[in-house]
Amino acid sequence: MRKIAIYGKGGIGKSTTTQNTVAGLAELGKKIMVVGCDPKADSTRLLLGGLAQKTVLDTLREEGEDIDLDDIIKEGFGPTRCVESGGPEPGVGCAGRGIITSINLLEQLGAYGDEHELEYAFYDVLGDVVCGGFAMPMREGKAKEIYIVVSGEMMAMYAANNICKGIVKFADSGGVRLAGLICNSRQVDNEKEMIEEFAKKLGTQMIHFVPRDNMVQKAEINRKTVIEYEPQHPQADEYRMLAKEMDANEMLVIPKPMEIEVLEHLLVEFGIV
Amino acid sequence: MENVEKVILPDGEMIKEDILAKYPPKVAKKRNKSMVFNDPSKDQPIQSNVRTVPGIITQRGCCYAGCKGVVLGPTRDIINLTHGPIGCGFYSWLTRRNQTRPGPKGDNYMPYCFSTDMQDDNIVFGGEKKLKEAIQEAYDIFHPKAIGIFATCPVGLIGDDIHSVAKEMKEKLGINIFGFSCEGYKGVSQSAGHHIANNQIFKHVVGLDDKKKKGKFLINLLGEYNIGGDAFLIEDLFERCGLTLVSTFSGNSSIDQFANCHTADLNLVMCHRSINYVADMMEKKFGIPWMKINFIGANASAASLRQIGKYFDDKDLYQRIEKVIAEEMPAVEAARKEVMPHTKGELAMIFVGGSRAHHYQELFAEIGMRTIAAGYEFAHKDDYEGRKVLPSLKVDADSRNIEELVVEKDPERYKLRKTQEELRKLEKSGVRMKEYDGMIPEMVNKSFIIDDISQHETDMLIAKYKPAVFCAGIKEKYTVQKNGVPMKQLHSYDYGGPFAVFKGAVNFYKEMDRTINSRVWGLIKPPWDSNPEITATFVLE
Repeated sequence: MRKIAIYGKGGIGKSTTTQNTVAGLAELGKKIMVVGCDPKADSTRLLLGGLAQKTVLDTLREEGEDIDLDDIIKEGFGPTRCVESGGPEPGVGCAGRGIITSINLLEQLGAYGDEHELEYAFYDVLGDVVCGGFAMPMREGKAKEIYIVVSGEMMAMYAANNICKGIVKFADSGGVRLAGLICNSRQVDNEKEMIEEFAKKLGTQMIHFVPRDNMVQKAEINRKTVIEYEPQHPQADEYRMLAKEMDANEMLVIPKPMEIEVLEHLLVEFGIV
Repeated sequence: MENVEKVILPDGEMIKEDILAKYPPKVAKKRNKSMVFNDPSKDQPIQSNVRTVPGIITQRGCCYAGCKGVVLGPTRDIINLTHGPIGCGFYSWLTRRNQTRPGPKGDNYMPYCFSTDMQDDNIVFGGEKKLKEAIQEAYDIFHPKAIGIFATCPVGLIGDDIHSVAKEMKEKLGINIFGFSCEGYKGVSQSAGHHIANNQIFKHVVGLDDKKKKGKFLINLLGEYNIGGDAFLIEDLFERCGLTLVSTFSGNSSIDQFANCHTADLNLVMCHRSINYVADMMEKKFGIPWMKINFIGANASAASLRQIGKYFDDKDLYQRIEKVIAEEMPAVEAARKEVMPHTKGELAMIFVGGSRAHHYQELFAEIGMRTIAAGYEFAHKDDYEGRKVLPSLKVDADSRNIEELVVEKDPERYKLRKTQEELRKLEKSGVRMKEYDGMIPEMVNKSFIIDDISQHETDMLIAKYKPAVFCAGIKEKYTVQKNGVPMKQLHSYDYGGPFAVFKGAVNFYKEMDRTINSRVWGLIKPPWDSNPEITATFVLE
């Protein structure tokens, strides 16, 4: 089973990209589980057709330790197995600790067991690597492959660079590797070239350039992935292509995060036309 | 300190060099500033109240330990509720031997241990709800007058707002409820916790009850925590002298006493470190002057009583004080004579507290023992060098972490006890108000003073000086004793005490005699130290 975690700056489109790509993989007949690691519990909304999910932590709170796997895993598009770890309301408690608890519980309950014949487990993680809890999917081999969703905007690249630092930290102990950057276009000047160069400098690849298209938004309003909502649309093919590239990807590296000056130089070089 | 014999001692400066040689250069540089080889003719500054170098085995405790365990722990009728995982709650459960009488209504919660017992779930989703439930539960069972909430490390990390919970529950239940943001990681040592505890007591309790106690000479005793029953002896002494004790902060104490402590006319400060700022605030707000006293050591106790006498300047009081001293001294002298031949010239080391390492030197001197090395665990610069250094103290990030209360004259409760002229007159008669010279000036030439001593430094001192007794806390006890040196705990007195005032001095003399002259310490040497290992030869050559 390939365990993949998707990181990236908040609002960059991690959940959308993850679910659309997962839909593409599901079309290829792959058996996939998606684990949402965001307290908002919206990482599986498009696959499930809405926020119908009861989170692991809510269930744990209401029903105690005696949880049945079926209580927390719902079947989504494809079919895919969908689970949300959940977490506290904004401003209370510790969401990071929540993710740790939740992933441990999933393991304990056998969510990754052989009987499910899973080929992929996807972790969709909130924002930057803000604390130990959010690094959980990287640690102790919970996820081996990391994809970073990025755009040509400066802050998104800063965040990607920081996430690479997190990967380096856990590369030895957890065996985690960077598998590539996914550019979710914001239509910044020279975006594709810049991210390709950025990827090269980090020692990785830009696995796919996802162009910006309003269809994504439209499908999202209808609580669906593009592949499900408009299977014929060119944007659906973009995600299918990304899925195939991911499936075939063997380039797993320990990244070389950049000094801030080098990163800024890159921005100047490409960003100003 | 008289009675101290001259003994030939190893060269202190060389010992210091030996100690520092083991440290990496940066650590050695830092530790060097915390070690002074005493020369009373010079003004020797010492570094204190700075963060311990990570990796060094320190004696220090945490902020929560200081807040819950030291200051509020000895108060019987307030429920002390620890908000956190159960471990923190358990270890503050009467482990310090603060004693108390049950109080007139028997509302004594000290044998209990209250905790919210936070679980993983409460960390993830926040623990405020559980805290409210715990307060309600404690209230339903005990109906206490007051509840204090103590924050442990995780509470600070997840940001539970204990103060808003306290406010809400105070309104709901109609009793005094207040919180302490004393997360363990705050500050340099437990001293931060003392400060946080005292600030909150001052803010939420002091001044709530104006009813004046009957009595001519009303006093408070600050910084006496009734370890092993010390406060019982002091209270008895006060009573016999005709002094009326309004409140003790905080040994054998009750929250009601804190509430009307502002009606007293004099504050006596025992442990300067943990409470001098409360004395200052009470002087500003209510007009109560304070003096540093010491009830450890018979001579110091007599001197302290006489100082109190001079403050009130009452003929009857003078007579009663002298009568009490005269009644107590013969037993002290008899005990002293008895043990002196066995203790004279022996060396002691004291590394404890923010005051005890100073006070106990009195007791040792009285039986002819010399304190060759001493230091505090959590003291600040003024506890070593005296209050004269106060204006030069720099405020750093750690002290900024602790709230500094701004205190003004209370428009209704402020009452001037002594005019400036009266205070000047007192000063002339030898009574020094609001003064403390610290430990260093009172120590013998060529003694060691080490702040926040480490295990390595402890081992080295013991090896070089081979003291007759080493005084510290439970954490140091067995490493010291493994060196064949008896160790006396001055946090908890082991199972002994009380050691305060005259009867306590007698206890201490006798206990020291027993401790240092016990033959057991000679038996600690393992057989292989004096005899070679078993040797064998082959039978077949």
